[in-house]
Amino acid sequence: MTIDIDKLEAALFAQLADAQTEAALEELRVSALGKKGSVSELLKGMGAMSPEDRQVFGPKINGLKNALNDAINAKKVILADAALDARLLAERIDATLPAFPRFMGKIHPIMQVFEEVAVIFADMGFTVKEGPDIEDDFHNFTALNFPEKHPARDMHDTFFFEKNSDGVAKLLRTHTSPVQIRTMLNEKPPIRIVAPGRTYRCDSDQTHTPMFHQIEGLVIEEGVHMGHLKGVLMEFLARFFEVETAAVRFRPHHFPFTEPSAEVDVRCDRSGRELKIGTGDDWLEILGCGMVHPNVLRQCGIDPEIHQGFAFGLGIDRLAMLKYGIPDLRDMFNSDVRWLEHFGFEPFVSPNLATGLSR
Amino acid sequence: MKFTINWLKDYLKTDASLAQIVEAMTMAGLEVEEVIDPAAKLGAFSVAKIIKAEQHPNADKLRVCQVETNLGKLEIVCGAPNARAGLTTIFAPLGTCIPSNGMELVAKPVRGVVSNGMMCSYEELCIEGDSSGIIELPNELEIGTPAAEALGLNDAVIDFEVTPNRPDWLGVNSIARELAASSLGEFQDRNIITHKGAFDCPIKVTIEAKDACPQFAGRLVRGVKNGPSPKWLQNRLLAIGLRPINALVDITNFISYDRARPLHVYDAKKLQGNICVRYGKVGETFEGLDGNVHEVSTSMCAITDDSGAIGLGGVLGGASTGCDEATTDVFIECAFFEALGIFQTGRATGIQSDAKYRFERGVDPDFVIGGIEFATQMVLELCGGEASNLEIASAAPSLPQNIIFPITELKRLTGIDLNASQIGEILGKLGFTAKDSGNGNLDIGVPSWRGDCKLAADIVEDIARIYGFDKLPLATLSAPKNRQLISSDKSRFNIARRALASLGYNEAVTWSFVSKEAAVLFGANSQDNSLALANPISDELAIMRPSGLINLISAAGRNINRGLTNVALFEAAPIYLSDEPDGQKTVIAGIVTGSQRHFSGKKEADIYSVQADLMAVLAAMGIPTGGLMMQNGASTHWHPGRAGSLKMGSKILAAEYGQIHPRVCEKLGVKQAVFGFEIFVDNLPQAKQKPTKARAKLELSPFMPLSRDFAFLLPRENAAAELVRVIANVDKNLISNVQVFDNYQGHGVPDSMTSLALEVTIAPKLQTLSDVEIEALSTKIISAATKIGATLRT
Repeated sequence: MTIDIDKLEAALFAQLADAQTEAALEELRVSALGKKGSVSELLKGMGAMSPEDRQVFGPKINGLKNALNDAINAKKVILADAALDARLLAERIDATLPAFPRFMGKIHPIMQVFEEVAVIFADMGFTVKEGPDIEDDFHNFTALNFPEKHPARDMHDTFFFEKNSDGVAKLLRTHTSPVQIRTMLNEKPPIRIVAPGRTYRCDSDQTHTPMFHQIEGLVIEEGVHMGHLKGVLMEFLARFFEVETAAVRFRPHHFPFTEPSAEVDVRCDRSGRELKIGTGDDWLEILGCGMVHPNVLRQCGIDPEIHQGFAFGLGIDRLAMLKYGIPDLRDMFNSDVRWLEHFGFEPFVSPNLATGLSR
Repeated sequence: MKFTINWLKDYLKTDASLAQIVEAMTMAGLEVEEVIDPAAKLGAFSVAKIIKAEQHPNADKLRVCQVETNLGKLEIVCGAPNARAGLTTIFAPLGTCIPSNGMELVAKPVRGVVSNGMMCSYEELCIEGDSSGIIELPNELEIGTPAAEALGLNDAVIDFEVTPNRPDWLGVNSIARELAASSLGEFQDRNIITHKGAFDCPIKVTIEAKDACPQFAGRLVRGVKNGPSPKWLQNRLLAIGLRPINALVDITNFISYDRARPLHVYDAKKLQGNICVRYGKVGETFEGLDGNVHEVSTSMCAITDDSGAIGLGGVLGGASTGCDEATTDVFIECAFFEALGIFQTGRATGIQSDAKYRFERGVDPDFVIGGIEFATQMVLELCGGEASNLEIASAAPSLPQNIIFPITELKRLTGIDLNASQIGEILGKLGFTAKDSGNGNLDIGVPSWRGDCKLAADIVEDIARIYGFDKLPLATLSAPKNRQLISSDKSRFNIARRALASLGYNEAVTWSFVSKEAAVLFGANSQDNSLALANPISDELAIMRPSGLINLISAAGRNINRGLTNVALFEAAPIYLSDEPDGQKTVIAGIVTGSQRHFSGKKEADIYSVQADLMAVLAAMGIPTGGLMMQNGASTHWHPGRAGSLKMGSKILAAEYGQIHPRVCEKLGVKQAVFGFEIFVDNLPQAKQKPTKARAKLELSPFMPLSRDFAFLLPRENAAAELVRVIANVDKNLISNVQVFDNYQGHGVPDSMTSLALEVTIAPKLQTLSDVEIEALSTKIISAATKIGATLRT
């Protein structure tokens, strides 16, 4: 009997080793463990055995049954894995075929610089204000102390609109300074604002475009004087150009809406191939500024003997060109995709003072 | 304004170098634009003398000269006909660059004889003069004298910007005064003599146009000899770009630049009768010195005699009475014209003249008599003759008022702290007077030429400017009080821009103006000119744009023409619907065009890709997009069957999207399909500032969501979005999503209908739904769909 069981076991495991398909395994399982299977028959025969024999052969036969069952199951898993691997291998595709790329657009340098400038001034306590591009004579000139019918107005190369039914011609603002007037007419001091926006002059050549961009600053606060103006501008320029310090030179100048007025140069180095701001022996004209003219304050209902303040105006396009080495102003407005992708900025790096204004 | 250093030195005693003068001007507010130093390019050239000149052995027209130069005696070959022994001329050593042709001199044999330098003609030095041969100079010049000095060209010219507030800087004397105040030297005025006339002026002057011309001084000088003015005067005029004409005219031009004082000279023999200064008459004309006939309108101030108008006062003289070489009797005019009238006459006639330029900015009202005396002095000196008494019509024009100046004002506006005597000293150098008037005030007397000074702030500027802006103190503003500075709307705007760039659109910045034709294509009223520029740069930039799409489509066209056929652009910028401040709206417009071949299939934009981009941007801006209604159809610049609108409620247009009308694209230069969107930012709900940033409580349902599919037939003119919205609204507590997973038109579906299959996700929150409850919800869904014209497919 023992010999029979051993023989059977050897035969079954040999069959198992030979089985290479799930079907063969199933056939083995049925032939051995099925209702009429060889092992099942042995189990059935146990009823007829003597208790002693049963004690000897019972565990042996049951052991065979369990061992075979486990072995079949284990082999099933192996065969299934192998089958899956074979199928997956057959499904191979070329992982190196170039996928359709996701395109990333770029932020325009002018808009980038607007954001940079706003972030710096916001941190210095300036609120951002905006005003309309289509202005009237009062806000663009008269309230800003441009004398009526004076060459100073002609110098602005103003775009005018056709006269309306009242015989009044509106105009495109020639600077962002009208926002000063709109703010002072609507708000009481203290005032600390910057006003970015589009500006227009009837001029078009290598260094002038009929539309350009400015940012205006206005501070009306107790006790502020040109020293504060100098301090604000030095801090702004150092932060904007991302340098330690930016020494400035104030040169007397004339603007109708400020008195005293100055043009400001920033220290720079032109000796190398790239312009460097903040070091060197040279000066670079960068902005105009001054103390708000008493007539302007008065036009806005502010008493110039009690209140004083300063204003400044910066060309955004020029700032962008200087900081980012952009050679030609006119290209800014051409929407040439190659230019935009070369000089533009990644959208995920928003200007902020903690990690730098741009990458 | 141009002037020369030697001219400046008539008024300024100084040893300062050219560089120091330029620096001092810059720091005083006289912004130097150009410095022309003729001596610089003539540095290598010097005076030499020909000792011997012999015929060249191998060339008829050449001479071999022995020349005494600053480098010793040299042999030089010269082809000039006047190269002769004893001639003093200009010599260029080897290595010199010749200005006329940029060539460098090298020792090269000329027909076998080596020439050790060159003798120069005026032309070779790029100087006006007789160039039939080499330069001929006076014998007494020493050998080695620098050429610039020998040729009278050692006078540098400075060109600087005259700001409109300082017309006095149009005279050399004022420049000198500024520099003297800036401690660059000592100011010395000219000595102008008062002439006692030998006879009464026979030409009488009356002024009718007193508003335009408050004062007119005239004088006859008879027996003059007019002709070319002396070399020094011609050189000065030439140096600043004026053409010498004759002595009388040159004198007026000289004084115009010397004292910012325009004058006029008449040939007295050509005058008919007396002079009357009056407004023009209808139809009146005169021929100007510019050779043109000008109309003299009734608002223009004319100088007239018995023949009618003979000039526009302060603007342009007339041809009929001009001075020439035959003039023997000259009538000199020195009048004061009000700036406003001159400005208007200049504008109406388009005439540009040095006189007009000065009068419209304002001339010294107290230098009418001084001006005519100065002119008389020069005429007598240069042309001889005999002067009459002055003929003066009307009174002197008004002078600048005194200013009460609180001493503290300087510190209040600039932070510079000076005492009364320091202030007085600076102002004194500029021609002001300062008198203590008590209470910490100074009574400031303003010089007649400083009409720009009216307020204490003007005085502050002059003190600070001369004291030095470089000495401004450095101060810092108080710490900011406000920390919420960039508005939520502005932040949202910037987020939208960056979101669009991340979706593949390049940001553009384009002109605010477009062509009228393009504006009309985008809905502008062709009859309405209120947004049209009166003076556009070109027809392409003629009217304010009514849409942000126009320039983007044109830009796509330009890129396509360069071979870049796949373009995605956006611009976040204003459009203009009226000329009022609230007519300016902010839009975010984007376009995408082109297709790309790929092994996975052709990739191209379509109405649904731009719809997805649009919704993604709105979501990035924090707009609750679920509240927006999507509808078919948009403005006329969109494809009539392939565009949609997003609205808030039934009226407020939040955005449009879809395919641009192919006809519109073609007119803007694009032949391929263009898709796009335009977001009307002002119509979006304002960004809300929440009191706290804590998020709402998260409610997670423990129950499994389930889904049910429905297929509806919907009339084709109906919007699928409406069906989706209606179904979603059946029970907002239970229905979490409605997804369209099939859209079919064709066999089995009536022609007028489309078949839409929807998967409705039901997410119970309180308990598992029973079959009966699910059935009830389905019934409600079908009934809601039926109400808007859909029928369930069975």
